[in-house]
Amino acid sequence: MTARGVVTGTPLIEVRGLRVDYGAGPDAVHAVVDADLTLHSGTVLGLAGESGSGKSTLAYAMTRLLRAPGMITGGEVLLHDGARGADGYWTDRSASHGPPVPAGSSAGGHTLDLLAATEEQLRELRWSRIAVVMQSAMHALNPVMTVATQLTDVLRAHLPGLDKEARRERAGRLLEMVGIGADRLTSYPHQLSGGMRQRVMIAMALALEPAVVIMDEPTTALDVVTQREILQELAQLQHELSFAVLFITHDLSLLVEIADSIAVMYAGRLIERAPAQSLYRAPRHPYTLGLLNSFPALHGPRRRMTGIPGSPPDLRNPPSGCAFHPRCRFAMDVCRTDVPHAFSLDPGDRSAACWLQDGHVAVPPELAAGEPAAAAEPQKAGSAS
Amino acid sequence: MTVTQAAAERAAGRPGGLLEARGLTRHFTAPRTRAVVHAVDNASMVLAPGSITALVGESGSGKSTLARLLAGLVPPTSGELALDGKVVTPGRRGRRGYARDVQLVLQDPFSSLNPVHDVRYHLARPLQVHKMCPPGVSLDDAIMALLERVALTPAAQFIRKYPHELSGGQRQRVAIARALAVQPRVLLADEPVSMLDVSIRLGVLNLLADLRENDGLTILYITHDIASARYLSDDIAVMYAGEIVESGPAVTVTDEPSHPYTQLLLSAAPNPDGGGTVALTARGGGPSLLAPPAGCRFHPRCPHAMAICSATEPPAVTVAAGHVSSCWLHAPDQAPEKGERESR
Repeated sequence: MTARGVVTGTPLIEVRGLRVDYGAGPDAVHAVVDADLTLHSGTVLGLAGESGSGKSTLAYAMTRLLRAPGMITGGEVLLHDGARGADGYWTDRSASHGPPVPAGSSAGGHTLDLLAATEEQLRELRWSRIAVVMQSAMHALNPVMTVATQLTDVLRAHLPGLDKEARRERAGRLLEMVGIGADRLTSYPHQLSGGMRQRVMIAMALALEPAVVIMDEPTTALDVVTQREILQELAQLQHELSFAVLFITHDLSLLVEIADSIAVMYAGRLIERAPAQSLYRAPRHPYTLGLLNSFPALHGPRRRMTGIPGSPPDLRNPPSGCAFHPRCRFAMDVCRTDVPHAFSLDPGDRSAACWLQDGHVAVPPELAAGEPAAAAEPQKAGSAS
Repeated sequence: MTVTQAAAERAAGRPGGLLEARGLTRHFTAPRTRAVVHAVDNASMVLAPGSITALVGESGSGKSTLARLLAGLVPPTSGELALDGKVVTPGRRGRRGYARDVQLVLQDPFSSLNPVHDVRYHLARPLQVHKMCPPGVSLDDAIMALLERVALTPAAQFIRKYPHELSGGQRQRVAIARALAVQPRVLLADEPVSMLDVSIRLGVLNLLADLRENDGLTILYITHDIASARYLSDDIAVMYAGEIVESGPAVTVTDEPSHPYTQLLLSAAPNPDGGGTVALTARGGGPSLLAPPAGCRFHPRCPHAMAICSATEPPAVTVAAGHVSSCWLHAPDQAPEKGERESR
């Protein structure tokens, strides 16, 4: 994995001006507004937000998995066909099937707009280029089919060259890759613990070595020890297979540990983007500051923390101007009337959508902390010990 | 006053317990197979007056069953409850009096409030049933006072709202206000913030801290989040597989955990200051409560397990003032092994 905070790799997915509404007409709820996001190959991008902030909607829209009444009303999602960062896990991969990208886009450097892609193109892309791991593995797995059936189903659909034995053998190896014995292939989902089910989901997502894995709260329902185990395994697998991860969670303290860069969502907008350590040490948006102040520390002196006053907004009736202004202790007049756009900040890989950062007002000291020194940054979390 | 100061003050002159669990055990029998689930075994704890105690454990550790035992909602298989040093006797009459003193707030405010009734109804019922409305005070005024206590202001605006018109945090505050209506002395809060949005959790935790600070309420805070337990509570008790394995002052338990399970929990918790690498001392999940392991229930996962751990249940050893750990590593007659452990 890359050193934390240093985003390397080429852009793999670029989200530009993505807008998603639920419903239509004057009553439409704007769940995602003008989202700009870039996922670089081989990196972990964290997407943090509370329930209703639009983070899952953004992920579903990106992958064209959004269902009615959700509607994509604008923007583009560019999938770049970059070269793979490392040797594939499966050595027989090239022999068994052709390139998994749609015909016409297999040439290096080709770019596809996922929002304009046909169903046929999407079918080819899903699992093989982009895989999704959902929060509830219990609901994502079919309760009346064995693990083997569900794992081999993916392989059968996408690798028609493989025969039955080869598929089963590969399914076994996939399970072992996520720390489950191959003898569990014959198990049904209810015979597995929550952690094992989530591991099966991850194995399934990695079955075709996708370049991108989107994980929506993959460990939220799990106990803390199991969560840590899975995160460590994930980091190890990511190191070996060098896929990129979009990791969606409400737990910002977790993201700081595992992500290279973090985007924070509030009321449908991306309000701050920064390398993980920069965001943690030197937040630039009052909401990020408040969110970081909502997680009590495990060490050090205990002090009273404030969290954020008020409640997240109702998107059916959003506040005027900046959606955060009713809860913001720094709110100014302009915040009540005008929506701030994302201001680029130094260093150039971060931005914040806040009027305090437009360069014309004095920034409060809480939002002007110095950037963490790159040299002092610890190595990335999760290297399995 | 800071949380720490308050904790220190209380620890200094700690009186006897307001609510005590003495060897509480609860087994459930499966309907057809007659298999016995050892949900809680021999749990003892003391809630000192005006203190906040956190009960920390993972799912399936028995912490919610212990909360229901303490609330008197399920009878214990063995063991007893004592309020003010007097053993609580089962029975309808005793039940009503006990419910007035000990109230339970549940995890999910989306299902613990009745969707067809407004806030006024939810708060009027306990006031009427327990005749808690002071003479000369109208019911509405008493309800408004309750809403103000949980910082749902302006109260007049909230009294006619229905649960669906409130946010999660506001609903949980209504649930807390309902518990406070009968003027309890003990509040049992079972995961009161885990269903709430991150940004409003601290508001509810601080409300609990204020209720203790201003009204001297005794609180049991049940959670899986050891960081929030450290933040809020004076004492922490850690549960594993139906047993309390460690208890002591909150900062001591989290800064110097003495039970290997507590050490594991702390090492696995998200910690952005941790500098990255985490070495988990054990893997896997808790044991089956149908046939819990012999001896110490943690021994199959414990990196320090010795021969005795799989044979005999560990004693509760006092490792420091008020800090108790049920682990053979701390038993005096296991000294040779202790030396070996420290050389690791």
